[in-house]
Amino acid sequence: MKGSLAIIWAIGRKDLLLEIRNKEVVVSVAGFALLVLVIFTFAIDLNQGNAKLVGPGVLWAGIAFAGVTGLNRAFALEVENSTLEALMLAPISRDLIYLGKALGNFLFIAVAQIIVIPLFAVLFNLIVFRWEMLAIALLTTLGFSAVGTLFAAMSVRVRAREVMLPLLFLPVVTPLLMAAVESTSHMVNGRSWSDMAQWLQLAVAFDVAFIVVSAFIFQHILED
Amino acid sequence: MFKVLNLLDPLLVLSAALMGVTLYLIFQWVPTELNQGAVQRILYFHVPVAWGSMLGIFVVSGSSFMYLWKKNEKWDRLAVASAEVGVVFGGLMLLTGMIWARPVWAVWWTGEAKLTTALILFFIYVAYLMFRAYFPPGGQRQRLAAIIGVIGAIDTPIIYFAANLWSQAHPPIVTGPAADAESTLGSDLGMVLLASTLAFTFIFIYLVQTRYKIRKSEDDLVELKRTSTSSSMPAGAN
Repeated sequence: MKGSLAIIWAIGRKDLLLEIRNKEVVVSVAGFALLVLVIFTFAIDLNQGNAKLVGPGVLWAGIAFAGVTGLNRAFALEVENSTLEALMLAPISRDLIYLGKALGNFLFIAVAQIIVIPLFAVLFNLIVFRWEMLAIALLTTLGFSAVGTLFAAMSVRVRAREVMLPLLFLPVVTPLLMAAVESTSHMVNGRSWSDMAQWLQLAVAFDVAFIVVSAFIFQHILED
Repeated sequence: MFKVLNLLDPLLVLSAALMGVTLYLIFQWVPTELNQGAVQRILYFHVPVAWGSMLGIFVVSGSSFMYLWKKNEKWDRLAVASAEVGVVFGGLMLLTGMIWARPVWAVWWTGEAKLTTALILFFIYVAYLMFRAYFPPGGQRQRLAAIIGVIGAIDTPIIYFAANLWSQAHPPIVTGPAADAESTLGSDLGMVLLASTLAFTFIFIYLVQTRYKIRKSEDDLVELKRTSTSSSMPAGAN
């Protein structure tokens, strides 16, 4: 158990080090998400009334679209540098590789959100600095990186991988997106935990299901 | 020797005959529903294609699972054949549903749970087919496609649960003139629906079977090319 955690951390740390040096993923994800938010402030005639109505949807749509671009990089880098083979040669089981890569993706998207969510609060004039927001963001990011890491590994060898990943990723994560949007919407309307409980439970179920299934199924992806 | 179109294929003959009977029942025999009018007849088409698309998804996920387990080519062929037919049926289901909803519900589309689930599943299986089309051929493509098939099946109950919760929070707008009216057809409706569903089920099986055979020939062709280039054996030797 302790050995497994060390391996997961080693792979995650490797991606983290790369990211700290070139800051590619976090900057592009945060930048893209912010652009989506800004474009929507023009596209919708924002006022105090409709900000609460459309804000949560715009926020999570932006993060989902931007997240895809970051997820694409996770395995694209490994293939470009031919290091995927090295990872596969390592005498560790495949589910640990998956969990390590997912950990990296989780951290990148989470850090991007630390930049994006406060700016969302500014642009839409909504109060988001609450524990509810932290819980929603963590659960959603966990699910995004669980599903995204799996599909990114699958689509890395596809001819049009920039198109393929969102086509696979977005429909599968719709339940999680609904949960994120609905509970954020409850939060900005000042409702309590119990109102969003069902949605948070759904998000937890989604995360658990996809982390377990993906870790189990990952050995079929990195075969040969 | 395999022919793509064999007009005497028993399944084709059977489904053509059943389809003829069904068309007669729909357009001649069954009376017009009084509340909804003629548009209600779309139901006899919509329900069977919806059933066909469900059958397709079920077969794709089942045979994808079997492929991952047994690694037998035949499961992969079955998966791709029923995915293609299932997506066509799914498209028809969405289209006929919208045409029916506009006069009856007064909207083309609404956030009702079954509608949302059907649409998202349609997208997942379109992505499944696109993935197969874009991925370089070989054993890895079949394995990864099978994983998408299995993931789609796992996601289905979660999507339905979420869509259901969502539509409770945002009640669908169903305000058309005949939205809540009781059907005036009684048991006639069930009878036509049964005939029509049977006809479409046979067409579904026939199409999947045909696609399966084409897929098999494609695989055989690839195999023949491979063996004929790797050794100097004549291509016809099997």
